[in-house]
Amino acid sequence: MDWEVVIGLETHAQLATHSKIFSGASTAFGAAPNAQACAVDLALPGVLPVLNRAAVEHAIRFGLAAEGVVAPRSIFARKNYFYPDLPKGYQISQFETPVVSGGRIMIERNGSEIPIRLTRAHLEEDAGKSLHEDFHGLSGIDLNRAGTPLLEIVSEPDMRSAAEAVAYARELHRLVTWIGICDGNMQEGSFRCDANVSVRPKGQQAFGTRCEIKNLNSFRFMEKAIEFEIRRQIELIESGGTVVQETRLYDPDRDETRPMRSKEDAQDYRYFPDPDLLPLCIDAAWIARVRETLPELPDAMRRRFVEDFGLSHYDAGVLTASHDLAQYFRALMLVVPGEAKLCANWVSGELSAALHREGIEVRQSRITPTQLGGLLRRIQDGTISGKIAKEIFDVLWSDGGEADTLIESKGLKQISDVSALEKIVEELMAAHPDQVAEYRSGKEKVFGFFVGRAMKACGGRANPAQLNAILKDRLAG
Amino acid sequence: MALTENDLRHLARLARIRVEDDETGPMLAQLSGILGLIDQLQAVDTRGVEPLAHALDLEQRLRPDEVTETDRREQFQAVAPQVEAGLYLVPKVIE
Repeated sequence: MDWEVVIGLETHAQLATHSKIFSGASTAFGAAPNAQACAVDLALPGVLPVLNRAAVEHAIRFGLAAEGVVAPRSIFARKNYFYPDLPKGYQISQFETPVVSGGRIMIERNGSEIPIRLTRAHLEEDAGKSLHEDFHGLSGIDLNRAGTPLLEIVSEPDMRSAAEAVAYARELHRLVTWIGICDGNMQEGSFRCDANVSVRPKGQQAFGTRCEIKNLNSFRFMEKAIEFEIRRQIELIESGGTVVQETRLYDPDRDETRPMRSKEDAQDYRYFPDPDLLPLCIDAAWIARVRETLPELPDAMRRRFVEDFGLSHYDAGVLTASHDLAQYFRALMLVVPGEAKLCANWVSGELSAALHREGIEVRQSRITPTQLGGLLRRIQDGTISGKIAKEIFDVLWSDGGEADTLIESKGLKQISDVSALEKIVEELMAAHPDQVAEYRSGKEKVFGFFVGRAMKACGGRANPAQLNAILKDRLAG
Repeated sequence: MALTENDLRHLARLARIRVEDDETGPMLAQLSGILGLIDQLQAVDTRGVEPLAHALDLEQRLRPDEVTETDRREQFQAVAPQVEAGLYLVPKVIE
């Protein structure tokens, strides 16, 4: 039987605010336990939540960037359940009227772009953390994370493979970091995904029974977890069993998913409007102001890189991996206009490799676009070869300075003087008569020997094309 | 709408309320009475009436995104039943 896979994703993006969604406690990561849990976060009697304007504004930014509808009026609701890291006994969330409805994220399928539709995005607060080890049979509770603002982004079940789910998650990650509403740090839990996975016979309209896989905290694990779950469900059905709707947890060490909650505890959250919070009203003027501050979005910039600069879709995708990287590329293009491919190669090659080696972000790069541009201009005008440029890049990276000064002081200028190159070639041929004879008897691979020796003789500074031409000419006799 | 004993047990479990066996009878009667009142409300034709999310006809006030709270962990934890290493301790929640 042929099976079709159906996947929908729920993503919790932690909103980049200084303070919590309903209190003035800090959201900074890594503080001592409970040092950032105030009376509101602890749910002490008599406290009231007051909504953070920046959290709302981030939600508006997302709604606009994903082309959803920002609700002029949305409602906060209580989602009731008992767990010690949720001191109120309910999570403040949105239920019937979320702040954003609809929208879409574009991904690639078979070489063309298709939209993955969004159901909604709503504001809610995060819970605290429970630590289950080392407390003499008790659990330890850290409420620093309690009340951290989240935007839960829910997709329609539009994805048809694990690879598509990962593509969607990557695009969503790129978008929320691009528009500056989330730092995207998956290790710190700033961007967390749950996947709803089901299978159905190809051609069938009705959905199969789905399982939810929780807490996929890296793109690699997401792909493996979904692939495992697809295999599990198909094998189960084909061997005569049925899929039970349940929540499963992915275990990366054993590469499998396991049931997390039994059906007996089936969720019944008894949502109702939170009487502590009034309706959230967002007027058209606010939306318009936010729209004005939105940067050019990755989709649009990628298309423009292809159309304006003649870059490949692949290069354009790499360069728009983050807003900062794209900005770097654009700044570089201002220094070396018309050399998009050269700039793209250096940004995605040497620069990215150097950043990766040091584990730093592009905004912390030790070479500015102006410095790198100065170097690329000398490749462009033939002053230096690409090989020498890489050496200069390393010096610029570690010691700073300017390409031109380095080329001058270290005598790295490419030798394009034909007579100088001819002299080197003649000396070489005189020193190696055997190899010359070999070449002339038809062993053409000896050519490489001469290229290597000639390059060595001039410290790699020969213009490769010129050198080849002279060698060919002379060796031919 | 009549409530069954199973409904009652389920609700009690969700609300973490212990209901003794001899309490279920009277409680079922009381809750069913409340549901009877709700049935009367449900009978009203509300087509075209916008659901009311809040009794006050006001908008949510927003606060600027500023950290205004300081670390008062010691004071908060002074009234907690059990703490260790800065954590609040509670009965173990997983086996």
